[in-house]
Amino acid sequence: MTTASPAVSARRGATLGWLRRLGTPKVIIIVVVAGLIGYLALVPLYYLIWGTFFDADGFTLGGFARAYGDPRVGDMIGNSLWFAVGSAVLSLVVGTALAYLNVRTDVPFKGLFFAASIIPLIIPGILYTIAWIFLASPDIGLLNKAIEPILGPGFFDIFTVWGMVWVEGLHLSPIVFLLMVAAFRSMDPSLEESALMSGASRWQVFRRVTMPLTRPAIVAAVLVMVVRSLESFEVPALLGLQNGIYVFTSRIYFVLRSYPPDLAAAGALAVGLLVLALIGVTISNLVGRSGKTYQTVTGKGFRPRPMELGKWRPVMGGVIVLYFFLTVVGPLFVLLYTSLLKFYQAPSAEAFASMSLDNYRQLFDISDAMTALKNSLALGLGSATLVMILMAVGAWIVVRSRIPGRQLVDHFSFVPLVIPGLVLGLALSFVYLRSPVPIYGTIFILLIAYCTRYMPYGMRYAVTSMHQISAELEESAQVSGASWWQTFRRVLLPLLSPGLLAGWIYILVVSFRELSSSILLYSPGNEVLSILIFEQYENGQFTVLAALGVVMVLTLAVLVIIAYKLGAKVGLRQD
Amino acid sequence: MLRINNLVKTFDGERRRRRDSRASSAQEARVFAVNDVSFNVENGQLFTLLGPSGCGKTTTLRSIAGLERPDSGTIEVGDRVLFSTNEGKKSVNVPANERGLGMVFQSYAIWPHMSVFDNVAFPLQVKKRGDRLGRKEISERVMRVLETMELAHLADRQATKLSGGQQQRLALARALVIEPPLLLLDEPLSNLDAKLRESLRYELKRVQRELGITSVYVTHDQVEALALSNAIAVMRNGNIVQLGRPRDIYENPNCRFVAEFIGTSNFVSGNVVAKDGDRYTVNTIDGQLALDSAMSLPLGTDVIVSVRPEVLEVSTTSRAGEVPNEWKGTVLTRAYLGDSLDHVVGVGKHELRTRGNPSTSIEPGTEVYLRMDPAKLVLVPVD
Ligand SMILES: Nc1ncnc2c1ncn2[C@@H]1O[C@H](COP(=O)(O)OP(=O)(O)O)[C@@H](O)[C@H]1O
Ligand SMILES: [Mg+2]
Repeated sequence: MTTASPAVSARRGATLGWLRRLGTPKVIIIVVVAGLIGYLALVPLYYLIWGTFFDADGFTLGGFARAYGDPRVGDMIGNSLWFAVGSAVLSLVVGTALAYLNVRTDVPFKGLFFAASIIPLIIPGILYTIAWIFLASPDIGLLNKAIEPILGPGFFDIFTVWGMVWVEGLHLSPIVFLLMVAAFRSMDPSLEESALMSGASRWQVFRRVTMPLTRPAIVAAVLVMVVRSLESFEVPALLGLQNGIYVFTSRIYFVLRSYPPDLAAAGALAVGLLVLALIGVTISNLVGRSGKTYQTVTGKGFRPRPMELGKWRPVMGGVIVLYFFLTVVGPLFVLLYTSLLKFYQAPSAEAFASMSLDNYRQLFDISDAMTALKNSLALGLGSATLVMILMAVGAWIVVRSRIPGRQLVDHFSFVPLVIPGLVLGLALSFVYLRSPVPIYGTIFILLIAYCTRYMPYGMRYAVTSMHQISAELEESAQVSGASWWQTFRRVLLPLLSPGLLAGWIYILVVSFRELSSSILLYSPGNEVLSILIFEQYENGQFTVLAALGVVMVLTLAVLVIIAYKLGAKVGLRQD
Repeated sequence: MLRINNLVKTFDGERRRRRDSRASSAQEARVFAVNDVSFNVENGQLFTLLGPSGCGKTTTLRSIAGLERPDSGTIEVGDRVLFSTNEGKKSVNVPANERGLGMVFQSYAIWPHMSVFDNVAFPLQVKKRGDRLGRKEISERVMRVLETMELAHLADRQATKLSGGQQQRLALARALVIEPPLLLLDEPLSNLDAKLRESLRYELKRVQRELGITSVYVTHDQVEALALSNAIAVMRNGNIVQLGRPRDIYENPNCRFVAEFIGTSNFVSGNVVAKDGDRYTVNTIDGQLALDSAMSLPLGTDVIVSVRPEVLEVSTTSRAGEVPNEWKGTVLTRAYLGDSLDHVVGVGKHELRTRGNPSTSIEPGTEVYLRMDPAKLVLVPVD
């Protein structure tokens, strides 16, 4: 008895020790975060596939037959590709040209570039599209009214594929601009200078050296833009449906809005769109990886003297101003103008005389408007905070831990990148319609949708800043006696905070304007701002909508400014 | 004080495995970063791991710190087992944060978001609740260490706003504040410019000797190793090839690798043709050399004779017959180095570098005589 007890208690001690080791904050936090990331990424996909291929009788391809048996499906696929490729090419040409002008030449008005690349980010796609309807609709467009005396009525028609390409391409161009500015900046200028010294002209240098070296960045940008346009919902829904021009996203929306909604057919379309997006992202990853083989970043490259445009300088200056007017001033002006009118009309002495703030006053009376504003704020703040907290730990797992399978966490967190917003909305409704937990029909389903959609961006921000922190900073804390949690909280988090804050701002902004997932998941009482604007557009309440849009843009601007101020304060303590 | 036995650490040779898919077994694909390393460090001594880049010094040091988990071996500090995989006994691996050692990283790893004071206070603040000092004691202790390192006046400064030398002392202060039994240093001077490096080298030596703190020092710089250490282990490909006092290693390298790595040397290969007590005679293609060695090698053994440049005496006059080991040659080039002057002398097939007083400078093309003291020539077995 007494001889046996030490062995027994030793075994019990070992088990207890094992449990205690598993119960540390480190293990619990890591398991919870990795589990959440996997859950958010995989469960919607699983249910989407399940809901598409299985009905009450088991496996079926009925959804596919109904979705792709429609005679107009060829048109739909054609439109989708035309729209996506057209928008990508437009945004690429405009964005790359502007980036080159900005980085490598002495073009005037460089200050406008910053505004032109940041402001469109805070004009939600739906407002941007509506603004262009106000500008270039054949019946009521201000531009058409302005040129009517010369070219006759309805010269511009925004409700065509060309109109869709124009709006989407312009809205995407600032993203290409930012990508290409980074590519041009990271290129070693001595590569171009040595070509110049070999006697090549500026144009030859651009064509023979600059372009080949930035080709990986360009190809990646094209593919990313194609995928984003494929996934775009606002533009095809508002501009295309009017004339029966369907693309994947608007078709899915249409199928779900018909009575009775055919979930399986919508799922089949969603799977098709998912496959297209997956192909695009895969190719762009492959290109991106092979591009790294000729890394041109040298780190100590000084900025070369900018190329002098000479007599082209005023022309290019004019182009920049025009671009600024098209992307920033025009849309914002038309929204502001409309928001002051009693009913929508072209500018005239009469129109200006009738201006008032009535629409804004009315916003306070619409209880929906205040609820939507509150919901949008709560969702933006909530999803940004949740995502960045999760991804801070996720990035640690991926970059620093040696846990086997850590790369899975990375891959899972990037899965939502290929899921179009509308498809995610559909997939989540598949999940939570069946779930016994009452989430469907509450605001939490929107929170889950936003967290899922923006997880990849949060991960990218967190991983990037994790890579910038030398592992020795963390190890020296460990050697100093700090536990994992102490190291994370006192060394890693403060050092990560600028990157986490940048990610937080980005997610706040994009979730504040989210429409394509929300439109399938909201329920009355849980509207967000973009949904409300969409509804008002459908009801023809243009002037109130414009006022709401102005409020939305202003709120976003204020949020971004506060966040940047906060960020500057954090940044200040860094150096 | 520190005892390391049969330490082995391998890494996945992932890149190699992917490129060469024919690698027959996983074993082949592994990189033996540290391959069966054993050594002891006496109390209060500074022990240096010296070797070229990639030889496993850092991996050894990080294994002691607990930042890498070795495959096998034991690591003990004092009477505490920090790591052990001894078969039969229970395996031990104390986490890095419970080892209580001090470490200075190559990059210094100063936390940029904390002040100088907070950096040093951190190791005291994160101690377990029971062991933690009060705020006042922590503050006193930190200030005392900062004073030793002459950083007290900078206590409130943001840690990033320090010069290179100050950062190095801050890293040292942070490592020393918990009064660790063992201090680990990974190339702590390699980030500094040459001038500063030299002055901080003596500063480091002074602090180490004054505090009497047992230290393991990693460097690839032989001058640093010779100047600082009580004992040196020269490493190559994950193994220790020679272990000894600095003087032993410099004067009696046990292989060509060590002789080449520590300082510069001329190598003459030959064959043992006669042996009389400690006096060997070695036949080389350019003549015979007499030299003294305590090694016992049979006649006919292939050997290398290591001739340090400062051992070669250059003269324009011959003393053949009076002294052993005189070779005739021609000056090929010379180089003035400030505190010394080098000649390169061609003797038959060999080119020998000499180092001497700058007052002796001989025109290239001149015929000269090279004399070598048999006691200062080193016999090195062929690897
Ligand atoms: N994390 C790692 N993964 C794979 N190989 C490593 C890793 N760390 C070190 N090595 C390899 O182990 C060997 C020894 O490295 P290291 O100890 O850093 O050398 P040293 O400090 O002497 O320059 C090298 O060949 C290196 O490539
Ligand atoms: Mg090293």
